[in-house]
Amino acid sequence: MDKKELYERYQRQIILPEFGEEGQQKLLRAKVLVIGAGGLSCPVLQYLTAAGTGTIGIVDDDVVALNNLHRQVLYSVGDIGSSKAERARHILHQLNPEIKILPYNERLTVQNALILFDEFDIIIDGTDNFSTRYMINDACVLMNKPLVYGAISQFEGQVSVFNFRQTENDEAVNYRDIFPDPPKEGEVLNCAEAGVLGALPGIIGTMMANETIKLITGIGEPLANQLLTYNALNNEVYQLTLSARKETRSLIPENEAAFLQMDYVWLCSSQITHPIAIGSEIDADTFNGLIANGNVDVIDVREPDEMPVANEFSNIKIPLAQLSKNTPLIKSDTIVAFCQSGNRSLQAVKILSGIFGEGKKVYSLRGGILEWKKQKQTV
Amino acid sequence: MPVNIIIFGRLADIAESSLALENVADTNTLVKELHILYPALADAKYVIAVNKKVVNENTSLTENSIVALLPPFSGG
Repeated sequence: MDKKELYERYQRQIILPEFGEEGQQKLLRAKVLVIGAGGLSCPVLQYLTAAGTGTIGIVDDDVVALNNLHRQVLYSVGDIGSSKAERARHILHQLNPEIKILPYNERLTVQNALILFDEFDIIIDGTDNFSTRYMINDACVLMNKPLVYGAISQFEGQVSVFNFRQTENDEAVNYRDIFPDPPKEGEVLNCAEAGVLGALPGIIGTMMANETIKLITGIGEPLANQLLTYNALNNEVYQLTLSARKETRSLIPENEAAFLQMDYVWLCSSQITHPIAIGSEIDADTFNGLIANGNVDVIDVREPDEMPVANEFSNIKIPLAQLSKNTPLIKSDTIVAFCQSGNRSLQAVKILSGIFGEGKKVYSLRGGILEWKKQKQTV
Repeated sequence: MPVNIIIFGRLADIAESSLALENVADTNTLVKELHILYPALADAKYVIAVNKKVVNENTSLTENSIVALLPPFSGG
């Protein structure tokens, strides 16, 4: 882009003395990775694209659904059923063709996280579940990348900047300094049923975009070592000071090999944040009945090397991350997904229901293969 | 000497979103009292902040201390 065009597009931010042409050049050189392309990430992506952030990666394996549109304001009716990452790339390119947008239509896993993060300067967490949030936090600590964090629950939102030192003497705080371990079953109330007003992720996501721009350009005071909470009902803002804990480092994998061994879904056992249709979970007895009747495709959505092996019944092995690409392998009108503990298989139900709609009945084996094997032993 | 307590997020489904307790000298005592008043709180995950500072160890409270209970949020 020549200088004249640069000034014209970004003129209103360049004329800010604190920002200036230098701020614009910093933005144009920056590489940020946005994880999730949902309610929080839509405004993040829009404002970072508009501001001229040079390279933006988008990780999301989900497709646009009608009930996303009240808050995921990038997308339109015509996008329903299409990959969020791909649609976001197309829409953002129209907004600003001068920047590079890299869509990754895949789920973030321990296998791809470190490779992806390596390509970017700042990571932005706009995801919707604890397991991915802990994975992102740990990967950022491991790779020493600043993390812009935002999360919502009903009418409230939280924003912070983790793993960032404002000055050399500061300690870098991360999410595990606040909440060392992921919540277990029942420790967070009713996530699956939690609703949200569309404007709230808009507000929190816009704050995340603002924090990112501050980090890149070095202006203002980013929310490092601070957790800001916002209440949409009464407009109260409550800002807390955070400090690092000695014990935190021992909770985070110390190297790449240890990170690859982590099972974040297992860590966040039973913490389901996706709305799942009632009755989509079945117990071992119902599962055995379905197998006996035949005409059911059973899918193992675990990674290939996970133990125990399930050889008591025939099943198709498709790891969760590859599920949406391998649906032609599924022939029956009844599908049961299973994994280790029944968590990923619920995500599989969501993915498969999104693809097949009413056409197929999709179930998840409650408690996973571990629970099924236990039941079998007690019979 | 009352200590003021603010409850965030869905913890407010369990306890009053704003309340005051008398005779609580430190955060451990306060947590114990709250768990008696609202037993479901004992099963919930949250972090405690005293006067807008997140604390991880027992912290003494004085008159007009403001204690906040924050749960983790996961939604996006």
